[in-house]
Amino acid sequence: MASNKKYWKNEAELNPDDSIVEALKQNEFVEQIPVDEFLGDKETLATTNTNRRDFLKYVGFSTAAASLAACEGPVTKSIPYVVLPENIVPGVANYYATTIANGFDFASILIKTREGRPIKVENNTLAKVGGAANARIQASVLSLYDSTRLQGPMANGEAVEWNVLTATLKSKLGALNGSSKKIALLTQTYASPSTDRLIAELQASNGNIEHIVYDAISEDAALTAFEARYGERALADYDFEKAELIVSFGADFIADWQGGGYDAGYSRGRVPKKGKMSRHVQLEANMSLTGANADKRIPLKPSAQKIVLAKLYGKLNGTNVGGNTSEYDAAVDSLAAEIKKAGSNAVVVTGLDDVNAQAVVLAINEMLSSKAFDATAPKYIRQGSVKALNSLISDMKSGRVGALIMDGVNPLYSLPNAADFKEGLEKVDLSVAFTSNWNETAEAVQYVAASNHYLESWGDIEIKKGHYSLMQPTIKELFDTKQFQSVLLELLGSEQTYYEYIKETWSSSILNGANWNQALQDGVFIGNGEVADNDESQSNTLIGGDAVVSNTSSISTAVRSLANTTGDGMELTLYSKVGMGDGQQASNPWLQEFPDPITRVSWDNYVTISKADAVELGVENVNVANGGMDGNYVKLTVNGVSLDKVPVVVQPGQAKGTVGLSFGYGKTVGLKEEMKTGVNAFALYDGFNAHQTVSVEKVAGNHEFACIQLHKTLMGRGDIIKETTLEIFNTKDHAEWNEVPVVSLDHQEVPATSVDLWDSFDRTIGHHFNMSIDLNACTGCGSCVIACHAENNVPVVGKAEVRKSRDMHWLRIDRYYSSEETFEQDNIKKDEFDGLSGENGSLGGFGELEDPSANPQVAFQPVMCQHCNHAPCETVCPVAATSHGRQGQNQMAYNRCVGTRYCANNCPYKVRRFNWFLYNNNDEFDFHMNNDLGKMVLNPDVNVRSRGVIEKCSMCIQKTQKTILDAKRDGRVIKDGEFQTACSSACSNGAIVFGDINDKESKVAELKESDRMYHLLEHIGTQPNVFYHVKVRNTNEA
Amino acid sequence: MKKVPYRNQFSKILGLTLIAFLFYTVPATAQDDASGEVAAADAGDAKKGKALFNQNCAACHALNRKMTGPALANVEARLSEEEGLDKEWLYSWIKNSPGMIKSGDPYANKVYAEYNQAAMTAFPTLTNEDIDNILAYTAAPPPAAPAAAAGASDGASGTAAQAGGVSNEIILGALVLVFGLLVVMLLLVNKTLQRIAQANGVIVEKEKAEKGLPLWKAFAKNQFLVLVTAILLLLGSAYFAYGWMMQVGVDQGYAPIQPIHYSHKIHAGDNKIECKYCHSSARVSKHSGIPSLNVCMNCHKSIYEYTGNPEGPSQEDLENGYTNEFYTGEIKKLYKAVGWDETNQKYTGESQPVEWVRIHNLPDFAYFNHSQHVSVAGVECQTCHGPVEEMEIMYQYSSLTMGWCIDCHRETNVKVEGNEYYEKIHAELSKKYGVDNLTAAQLGGLECGKCHY
Repeated sequence: MASNKKYWKNEAELNPDDSIVEALKQNEFVEQIPVDEFLGDKETLATTNTNRRDFLKYVGFSTAAASLAACEGPVTKSIPYVVLPENIVPGVANYYATTIANGFDFASILIKTREGRPIKVENNTLAKVGGAANARIQASVLSLYDSTRLQGPMANGEAVEWNVLTATLKSKLGALNGSSKKIALLTQTYASPSTDRLIAELQASNGNIEHIVYDAISEDAALTAFEARYGERALADYDFEKAELIVSFGADFIADWQGGGYDAGYSRGRVPKKGKMSRHVQLEANMSLTGANADKRIPLKPSAQKIVLAKLYGKLNGTNVGGNTSEYDAAVDSLAAEIKKAGSNAVVVTGLDDVNAQAVVLAINEMLSSKAFDATAPKYIRQGSVKALNSLISDMKSGRVGALIMDGVNPLYSLPNAADFKEGLEKVDLSVAFTSNWNETAEAVQYVAASNHYLESWGDIEIKKGHYSLMQPTIKELFDTKQFQSVLLELLGSEQTYYEYIKETWSSSILNGANWNQALQDGVFIGNGEVADNDESQSNTLIGGDAVVSNTSSISTAVRSLANTTGDGMELTLYSKVGMGDGQQASNPWLQEFPDPITRVSWDNYVTISKADAVELGVENVNVANGGMDGNYVKLTVNGVSLDKVPVVVQPGQAKGTVGLSFGYGKTVGLKEEMKTGVNAFALYDGFNAHQTVSVEKVAGNHEFACIQLHKTLMGRGDIIKETTLEIFNTKDHAEWNEVPVVSLDHQEVPATSVDLWDSFDRTIGHHFNMSIDLNACTGCGSCVIACHAENNVPVVGKAEVRKSRDMHWLRIDRYYSSEETFEQDNIKKDEFDGLSGENGSLGGFGELEDPSANPQVAFQPVMCQHCNHAPCETVCPVAATSHGRQGQNQMAYNRCVGTRYCANNCPYKVRRFNWFLYNNNDEFDFHMNNDLGKMVLNPDVNVRSRGVIEKCSMCIQKTQKTILDAKRDGRVIKDGEFQTACSSACSNGAIVFGDINDKESKVAELKESDRMYHLLEHIGTQPNVFYHVKVRNTNEA
Repeated sequence: MKKVPYRNQFSKILGLTLIAFLFYTVPATAQDDASGEVAAADAGDAKKGKALFNQNCAACHALNRKMTGPALANVEARLSEEEGLDKEWLYSWIKNSPGMIKSGDPYANKVYAEYNQAAMTAFPTLTNEDIDNILAYTAAPPPAAPAAAAGASDGASGTAAQAGGVSNEIILGALVLVFGLLVVMLLLVNKTLQRIAQANGVIVEKEKAEKGLPLWKAFAKNQFLVLVTAILLLLGSAYFAYGWMMQVGVDQGYAPIQPIHYSHKIHAGDNKIECKYCHSSARVSKHSGIPSLNVCMNCHKSIYEYTGNPEGPSQEDLENGYTNEFYTGEIKKLYKAVGWDETNQKYTGESQPVEWVRIHNLPDFAYFNHSQHVSVAGVECQTCHGPVEEMEIMYQYSSLTMGWCIDCHRETNVKVEGNEYYEKIHAELSKKYGVDNLTAAQLGGLECGKCHY
């Protein structure tokens, strides 16, 4: 039940005496206009030459001048096409199915284009495998218009023509053919049948060519383990929807674990249906997105995770696994019991970069014959080989490499041993880097081949065995760039374009008679039955009999070595953030400004550390008066490599004795000054292992974070999260776990929903839009935040402004910590105190009381404008700039707004944003709205707001109006599901559902009748049109 | 005194014009008759031939000019002289040109190859007689009699118009003169009377003036009157100031000079081209769209010159210099922009987009969708854009202010017939409001967020 639970966003809120927290609760505009400062300065006022009359003269003159200047409108030119392309109608969007495959993110998506410009990424609902568009993919359309992109090929720092470059390559590579030196292609993972064929043909024509695949964040351990067991270098696929019990050893599978894309299935399993939902146990060191969603989270050091995994295997297998300690036995016993009970409905996954751990997990899933586990049609989206890469580096250093051609990789940034690579690179006769941005590697090579963005390229991807996707260009190359494969074709001497080459590959080996155009239109194609048959036979031979037997011995060795893991000292877990991933899009301002779902920090990476360790080290986070957060610095050292100044964030739930640090930051080359944020964690990625032993020491200095977790608080109105457990949910009446707040009317307590100060409009006619947000399905991944950003032309304000709580996100995902579990245990413990000292003595006992921040529960809550039917903002606007529409949308007329900010003051949900500055055409905000290239991403159907006006979520009125107009034009009734907002269509987890509740058949109308439905701050009677579903946690231990 | 010679001149000009008109038109019609006779003798009616030619051939052929197909003036004579081909060849060519090409006729294939292998449409429906008529027309096109007559009358009416213009000015001038004279006379009479009065020693008026206070002093003493006047004056000036300020930024009547003088009057008025033929995206998009140049070329590939309004150019056209040559020059500008090589009938590929000056400028914060109004509501283009078919130069007809939008939304009934989308909402809402027809406003057309987001 919600009432006895304390929710908090920041560790500081646990301290009842924190005056800053108290102040911020009451004041959303923390930065005042410095009137007192100005008027209080009597001396300056007295000595100034400008007196009041002069001032009035100036004002009068400038007003008159401005009005005169405004009399004559500017001449606007309209330039139509000379020849209008057939499929373009100015003002009407076209959608193209394509696929992103940048080596880190793989997903089939739709691209919305306007007048030939890609402006928005949407999910391709036809795609059955791979993830939906996450925050990075949503933002990738802005990277197309990055003004720092390379505009053409370069040779030794000078611009060069493509034909010169390819001719040079051709002759030099030809000369190397048959020589003793080899030619190395070092590339990202393509998972592309056509590229594989192309490279094979190239190798056939030139015997010295070697292809090495390199993933910046490696899944080598998982690949190796899978290869050892199933004979194919690939990754097992999981369908978490089918799992009733998920046990994860440090696998952040909601985010980027093994290429990601598992969150939608997971979320479907998390929504209670007929009293059932999946149970998720997470054992991890960092507080990850996945851990935050778990029903039970056990903070454990990576070394301890290995021991527990080994013991778990022993328990399940019935063998006795020794090991160093017995301290985890209780946990192991309960886990094993749960898994045994769930049987084939359980699945175990791990993110440990350890071949043994990965092998054991595969063995467990096979032993359980887990329904969620699929090794027969594996995924190909990670193929990097650490062994091959290391041998390449040693070859380079010994001068055995004649030519090195790189595509889609930036080893000098992302290699832990970048210095070795650089040394080797200097001994290579010919070095070429295909890259779309100037970067560390481009700086060091002879030839920089400017390559296409994926939205300008052709391609094909086999994400999972038998599941193919096509990539097609949605815009002509903006600059003088070429994609890697086109150049390879030229080197091969082929006249074909890469498009023709793909088509050839597909018609000969993939389509099997199916229609190419249909496949291209769909963007996805599922291979024919033949493949499936193969799978089955293969799986039979693999799982049945011999294969497993031969594996058993190796598994027992693996288990033994896992069980003997020793962990001493601090352990570091490197991870990738939802916003930045492996850092490919570091120059993307949307992603830089995207607040991390867990820490709520934007524009930075940092060391996460547990409260206990922080106290020990003497580091802390301090909230300062303007709402910003400060932190100390530490020095991290791994195997002699150190990062000298890394800011610290005290992270509730971080396992004691561990620290975390994210990849993707700390780029220094080829970025605008503002984008050079954070530190480069790849330096500590020793041996491509994300888990390292580290020494941490405090260093001097104070870091200013742009952290928004204390911003936009609810004026002390308290908790807006409601949650319950599955048990209560199933057994008790909803009035008990989802109680409607009561208010006093005529000295009688009545439900708040029955009291109404206002006369209501009749909303039963026409459309009435409502939005449903299911707190169970929401994983907090944030793709809606970026989708909203892209759809609504939300400006980027920069780190300094975010710190002052001036971020402009229309949609924020609040993250609340709570500690009911620990409090309850504390109460029991307190009650059992017996005397001052001794076993149950209170003297020592109070000190042992658990720290609420040691292992909190986490809840995510997306909050946007609630579109209240009785909106407090509307009544206080002096100029009626904000008003209510009959369709339920709270409308905002920017041209009417005079910027009093009364509405923001009066909004109980704190969802209104004020434009403190002119963010477009202003070089002070050098992100994307100040240059012609970056402005191409703007949605032409939504206003770009100017300085001095309030803006907020419009419930995508431009989209609802468009849907209505389309139906009117066709003369038809609107079907359920046609109404979408940017966030609801971006949410592949099904957490956000949008629709018309006057359509009684609609999904949203059904959701509104659910027992779990509640409104935020119901007691204040705002009657929002956004409603939430109570979060249910599955705390049922087996 | 001045008027007399002018009156003479005016009647003289009228007379001369009449004579000139008669002189030119009579022989012209005579010639027309004569040519008709000649044509009849040649077993073809050039008049009928002209009609057939315009109907069937003019899309691709001109008389004296290569177009999609060859120039056809004297084609019969030319073929028999140069190629030795008789009329029979022409019959079969016109009736079934693809067949001729297939059969391997040498000249047929030569022509086919010369004109970009664009096969001529077969006209099996034309009889030999029809073809004779067409050939008669190509051999001796009836001289453009009305044009010649019009030319003559052009001169005449031109002078007449000039005369008319002068006479108007003269009349006005004369009136001014008369008034001036009257004023002078009155002054003189007054002076004389005063002098007489002085001489007689009568001082009547001045006595009267000295008796009472001067009017303005009396006015100034009456504070109430002053107050009322001041208020009235202030109100009046406020009214006008408000009116003036409200038109700031309203560009009603804005008619900028465009890079190509495009006459909506000729296209939409004289030739009655449907608006949405060119502004096709108005049906489906928020933009009506300025047509791309390839749309112009759909017609202008064959319409390479302006031959005038069938009813003859009006006076003001000529006054503004809108002659046939002027318009033809504008068509050449189009050719240059789109990269059309007239002599070779080919696109050169060198195009230069036209930078039109935008006339209707809605501010960015106002959302307007053409298709909503054009396709859904069925509003005529002219409702907002005015009599475009009469506009030689396009101008902004409506004020495009918010008040103007709102007024229309309040008055206009929503067109719900046959539109399934409206069925339910219309039934429910009209019941609620107790009306038969809902206005756009009643359906929510006045909500801020419908146009501002």
